[in-house]
Amino acid sequence: MKLCITAKGPTLNDEVDPSFGRATYFLFYDPETKELKAVPNDPGAHGAGVQAARIVAENGADAVITGSVGPNAHQGLTAAGVKIYTGAQGTVADAIAAYAAGTLSAADGPSGKGHGR
Amino acid sequence: MRITVASGKGGTGKTTVATNLALALSADHPVQFFDCDVEEPNAHIFLKPRIERTRSVEKLLPRVDDEKCTYCGECAKACEFNAIAVIGKRVIVYDDLCHGCGLCKMVCPTGAITEVPHELGVIEEGTARGFPFSRGLLNVGEAMATPLIHELKAGIDPEALAILDAPPGTGCPTIAAIQGADLALLVTEPTPFGLHDLKAAVGVARSVGVPIGVIINRDGIGDDQVERFCATEGIPILLKIPFEREIARLYSQGIPLVDATPEWKERFQALYETATAELVQKGGVE
Repeated sequence: MKLCITAKGPTLNDEVDPSFGRATYFLFYDPETKELKAVPNDPGAHGAGVQAARIVAENGADAVITGSVGPNAHQGLTAAGVKIYTGAQGTVADAIAAYAAGTLSAADGPSGKGHGR
Repeated sequence: MRITVASGKGGTGKTTVATNLALALSADHPVQFFDCDVEEPNAHIFLKPRIERTRSVEKLLPRVDDEKCTYCGECAKACEFNAIAVIGKRVIVYDDLCHGCGLCKMVCPTGAITEVPHELGVIEEGTARGFPFSRGLLNVGEAMATPLIHELKAGIDPEALAILDAPPGTGCPTIAAIQGADLALLVTEPTPFGLHDLKAAVGVARSVGVPIGVIINRDGIGDDQVERFCATEGIPILLKIPFEREIARLYSQGIPLVDATPEWKERFQALYETATAELVQKGGVE
């Protein structure tokens, strides 16, 4: 099981970035091996959500933990079979703990209209 | 001669200026009017055109044949707008993000992509008060306004005095309406909010090399920051429209200022003379 958490910095102590497509970093974390890989995000002017979904899929994540996910990103992640957990807050470590405790909500639809709205 | 009436901020009086300018000049100049605010065109309220022709504006969207697709991802790599994504053995086309350029079809090595037309909106053409009137109408739910504006601009007669009512803001649709104009009339109000958005609009017009004149609407409210900004930047203030109840009343009833008051006709004519004299002086227009 590999998680992808959107973050404002490259470590587990950094804050969760509430934006998915325009997150500063994607942190790929395996709770079993504790292996962490930080991928900086470089969204273009257009289709940031689509691009982000592709990065997550290419890095083999099974689930995304973030603040909110727009419709384009949602469609891309769903096509890739990636589970989506939204409403994450605090540090990345907090979010992982919340995921493990089962308190994060699985999103069955886009949580915003895109563009962070 | 092509004049675009624009503003950073919405609701500053673009349509008031554009329609009154057209009406004030149409007796002596071959005016053509284009309502480029395709998401919410409202110049018809004041010009009351008779629409004679309507035509559809389309963009081409890619469709992928799963039998021919090898999921190589070349289409996604080529797309500047991330409008096509290859995720595993799935190709997703995001119709709203697609600009209809056809590059994905060109780069596809197996010929798996075909294109289907999709209507974005319509162009309506007719006559208003003796001069040609055109407007674009974007379909509800569509995100891409610029193809309609380009289509409107294709109807500009180079010999005519084309007046374009731009969409508000400083995004792609506004840039499309300003680009290629001989003059951008930027309508603002003398408030901090008005100034903030005026600065953005000035930046846009300058970035596409279009000379600027400013019109202050609702003059008398707010402060003098807009005038000080224009003085510092060397931007001429070509007209001030006072904040008056009578002007608001006429507007609310769809009555152009120049129809109600002959002095306003003279003021809009003088605005045009001043602006063109200034352009000639700067060597922009003959």
